[in-house]
Amino acid sequence: MTIIDDLVTDNEAASEGSIAAGNGVLGKRLLRKEDPALLTGEAVFTNDMKVPGALHLAVLRSPYAHAKIVSVDVSGALAMDGVLHAYSGADLADQWAAPMPCAWPVTDDMKNPAHFPLAATKATYVGDGVACVLATSDAIARDALEAIDVEYEPLPAVIDLEQALADDVVIHDEIGTNVSYTWPLVIEENEGDCQKAMNESAHVVKERYVQQRLIPMAMEPRAVVAIPQPYGGDMTLYSATQVPHILKVMTALTLGIPEQQMRVVCPAVGGGFGSKLNVYAEELLCVQLARTLKVPVRWNEERGENAQATIHGRAQIQDIELAADENGKITGLRVRLIGDMGAYLQLVTPGVPLLGAFLYGGVYEIPKAFDFSCTSVFTTMTPTDAYRGAGRPEATYAIEHAMDALARKMDIDPLELRRRNFIPKESFPYEAYTGLVYDSGDHDKAATVAEGMVDYAVLRERQRSQNVEGATKRLGIGVSTYFEMCGLAPSRVLASLNYSAGGWESATVRVLPTSKIQVVTGTAPHGQGHETAWSMIAADKFGVDPADVDVLHSDTAIAPLGLDTYGSRSLPVGGVAIGMACDKVIDKARKIAAHQMEANEDDLEFSGGVFSVAGSPDKEMPLAAIAFEAFTAHDLPDDVEPNLEVQVTYDPPNFSWPFGTHICVVEVDTETGHTDVLQYVAVDDCGNKVNPLIVDGQVHGGVIQGLAQALYEEAVYDSDGNLQTSGLAEYLVPAASDVPPITTGESITPSPTNPLGVKGVGEAGTIGAAPCVMNAIVDALSGLGVRDIQMPASPVKVWTAIHEAQAAPNSQENQ
Amino acid sequence: MIPAAFDYARAESAEEAISLIGQHGDESKFLAGGHSLLPLMKLRLAQPTVLIDIGRLTDLSYIREDGDVIAIGAMTRHMDVENSDLLAQHVPLLAHAASHVGDPQVRHRGTIGGSICHSDSASDLPATTLALGATYVAQGPNGTREIAAGDFYQGFLTTALAADELLTEIRVPKMNGAGWSFQKFNRRAQDWAIVGVAAWRRNGDSGIGLVNMGSVPILASGVSEALSSGASIEDAAAQAPEGCDPTADLNASIEYREHLARVLTRRALEEASSS
Ligand SMILES: Cc1cc2nc3c(=O)[nH]c(=O)nc-3n(C[C@H](O)[C@H](O)[C@H](O)COP(=O)(O)OP(=O)(O)OC[C@H]3O[C@@H](n4cnc5c(N)ncnc54)[C@H](O)[C@@H]3O)c2cc1C
Repeated sequence: MTIIDDLVTDNEAASEGSIAAGNGVLGKRLLRKEDPALLTGEAVFTNDMKVPGALHLAVLRSPYAHAKIVSVDVSGALAMDGVLHAYSGADLADQWAAPMPCAWPVTDDMKNPAHFPLAATKATYVGDGVACVLATSDAIARDALEAIDVEYEPLPAVIDLEQALADDVVIHDEIGTNVSYTWPLVIEENEGDCQKAMNESAHVVKERYVQQRLIPMAMEPRAVVAIPQPYGGDMTLYSATQVPHILKVMTALTLGIPEQQMRVVCPAVGGGFGSKLNVYAEELLCVQLARTLKVPVRWNEERGENAQATIHGRAQIQDIELAADENGKITGLRVRLIGDMGAYLQLVTPGVPLLGAFLYGGVYEIPKAFDFSCTSVFTTMTPTDAYRGAGRPEATYAIEHAMDALARKMDIDPLELRRRNFIPKESFPYEAYTGLVYDSGDHDKAATVAEGMVDYAVLRERQRSQNVEGATKRLGIGVSTYFEMCGLAPSRVLASLNYSAGGWESATVRVLPTSKIQVVTGTAPHGQGHETAWSMIAADKFGVDPADVDVLHSDTAIAPLGLDTYGSRSLPVGGVAIGMACDKVIDKARKIAAHQMEANEDDLEFSGGVFSVAGSPDKEMPLAAIAFEAFTAHDLPDDVEPNLEVQVTYDPPNFSWPFGTHICVVEVDTETGHTDVLQYVAVDDCGNKVNPLIVDGQVHGGVIQGLAQALYEEAVYDSDGNLQTSGLAEYLVPAASDVPPITTGESITPSPTNPLGVKGVGEAGTIGAAPCVMNAIVDALSGLGVRDIQMPASPVKVWTAIHEAQAAPNSQENQ
Repeated sequence: MIPAAFDYARAESAEEAISLIGQHGDESKFLAGGHSLLPLMKLRLAQPTVLIDIGRLTDLSYIREDGDVIAIGAMTRHMDVENSDLLAQHVPLLAHAASHVGDPQVRHRGTIGGSICHSDSASDLPATTLALGATYVAQGPNGTREIAAGDFYQGFLTTALAADELLTEIRVPKMNGAGWSFQKFNRRAQDWAIVGVAAWRRNGDSGIGLVNMGSVPILASGVSEALSSGASIEDAAAQAPEGCDPTADLNASIEYREHLARVLTRRALEEASSS
């Protein structure tokens, strides 16, 4: 595939913020290489694969949130034409070398009930697999599920987090409680500082926010194909996953397969948002059944199954107390969380609240009067896990929404209150109250750019004249600012959080004999555009056309080392590794060039793909010639091995710290409760941009996903634990027609942490957007006495809140 | 999302369709655009054993003038209703309502006849044609008959059509310059209405159809009566929920639906009166 030159959009912003070097391709808005195949249908997704002889797996799922499995009779299914095998959870109980993995035991005493691909004795959420069949087609397999007879003894559902805490109904008998762990983070100069701030500060706001459960709803549901090599023992697992490398290790461990015999490949993957950062029952079922039956086994997830059996996100209750002095300067912060783990701990379920714990202080100077604690509970709902932002959108929502509550209490402008608390630009690198070092930041700049883009003062004036008594449509202006801790991550920091893996990334860069370049990366793109961006990094280093660079990824046989794609890590860890590997290849090429041109290495200059000798304009050697010399190895210096290939593993010394300001304008129809987002401005500072077009795309998508949490999406369970939103008619993912105008603004503060000066941007939009929209809605309605609305701000909820506020006795004085 | 097994037959004419459905009996169904029927089958909420495809009956796709009436063939796609010059001129309310059905994909496949026969009270076209005083033409083994829209909708997803009757035509009176408005309230543009109102007004006459305010599409005759006896728009609109039996769902309580019916009816009448 090639980038077609005339499709390069020559945008003015193209060169802004580019990294000075090479051929200047960095910072250009190149169209994505991967898109023609995706848009024309040429791309092969897992379920598109043609696999002769494969058996189709279908999983029978519990219709009860909580029930004893009394008996399972699969004989009806087995009697059907085309059905070859059928198993209950008990039938397969001896197939697992270990329970399904949870890689983040956040505390030493964390409770983690053993979790197997099929439940054998008890179902603990609607969608929990209890039996499975293998048939010659997907249609037969699904028909056969209806012929399996399961006798259940229903037990009470547990869907309320505070009820779960009370342990009246214990879900996992073997651990005797619904509490998985309590994880505190108390940071005080002197003991009791936080309480003192609460007692003595001029202003204290105390708020409760509910982070509703969200369903990631990737466009492509999950899909699995497991292909065994019956007589050699090798196993290839094709999966729509974000984490081929992690999946390979975990499959080997869980199934007892020698790791060198496991290969994981991700064909094209249609989005993940964290939902494909996991090790799932169906992956293990397909591999294990393929292994024992010696035939390929495949499984394709339906949309409704995707809603029930793929992880959910968010799902926390947040109690936040924020204290400030008479000027609004923050003096103390206390946060109590209840985290909803769902029925089981998946791969990183318990760690999600921890990822947010460090960000409750937002972009502000926070004294050491901070007290955080999270207690996480099991419920009879789908397991939760990392969903775009994982912990950080929740934290940002809490602090940003509480800042607005404080601003209202003090009757000052919310942007002004934020400015009074910003960490000043001069203080960076800044050691935060948590001990983490924020490497760079310029919050006032991001805020000022956003403020200018919306003409903030004029807007406020317009709001005052529109929101008069009796106005049907009220204007609201929402501001949010954020810091993000991403680019997961320094391995040592992960160790201190009890995470079981590291945070490095690997890159191999290879110049082929014909001088074309291969970049092998351990990142695993599923929509982000890594092929384009990574080829730009290498093209810039070598001074070649990005079309001459091929990026290889997502196959553990081709890219054996890697830690995959999540946590906005791919560029600040994986991309940086590529740049470093390119530099090392160039160093080697320089040795060869110096040898062949009989010049001193130090006198060689490399530019535009050509080595030249300083002061001798006639002496030069293009990379192509060196590549061929390296390949033939006819005349290399004594200490230089043939070929131009270098592998680098980069472990970042710090997280990456993108930040920004979002401002939006909404109009709320007070008669119907409908919210119209009139304008949305996002200034996301992610340091240097490799490809601003891709950055804009990430911000747009992120903003829409955050806005969706604010206005549309919620996984709703009834009191019996049935998911009522398992289709796209009920689970309201916004479509293109529901997206407001979004404008991105420019602020570039290069990261001093890595040589490319880059930061992650995959989660930024999501983090900024939900509080921004909710702040705007409350801002529109506070004049009517509305204090707060929980997400999503559906029309019925907004209308009800207005009504209740108007009916309240003190509503007059609030006007 | 795989339906239960079924057989399939394609009809080449209306007569053949009627004879096929007669042969296969109760468990067979006509397949028009498939945009209501197939989703139900994929969820296995409907499991017909035979589908009789009427998709090729292109002679039932037309919009023509017939005296005081515009006649629309049952197989006319929403997109063609939306873009018809004839309707824009004589029944703009219907053309406009059709533009609010689902998304462009749905509007290219779904048919006006299918929408009316499916008779979902949350759909836009049943309530709109009801407000407009349409009649529906049904063809059965013993010939054709006309059914007034007011007599057609009999209960949740049930109509006056016999199992072996095919809807062939929708006859809508010309609006003769009446003011009109279509108010569809939903959360996402592509969704069914939480509540919708189709209204027209001319001199003392009016017609107001309510979407999703009960098990069937509802003609708010109380509002029209109030208007014709001189009530203000506000007071007339307050009658909108009378005779409705809305249900609660994830998007609305009963109380909220009733409130929306009043607000949207008022807005619709204001708009219809100003145009
Ligand atoms: C995503 C989506 C969004 C939608 N949004 C909306 C919306 O916002 N508003 C709205 O009003 N609708 C909406 N719809 C429904 C859509 O308008 C359907 O197309 C329409 O309701 C049915 O028409 P059809 O031709 O597809 O009928 P089919 O699905 O083929 O048939 C529906 C029923 O009518 C019967 N039938 C069809 N034609 C005849 C006939 N001529 N005679 C007798 N019986 C017949 C069939 O047997 C079946 O029982 C939506 C659909 C989808 C999939």
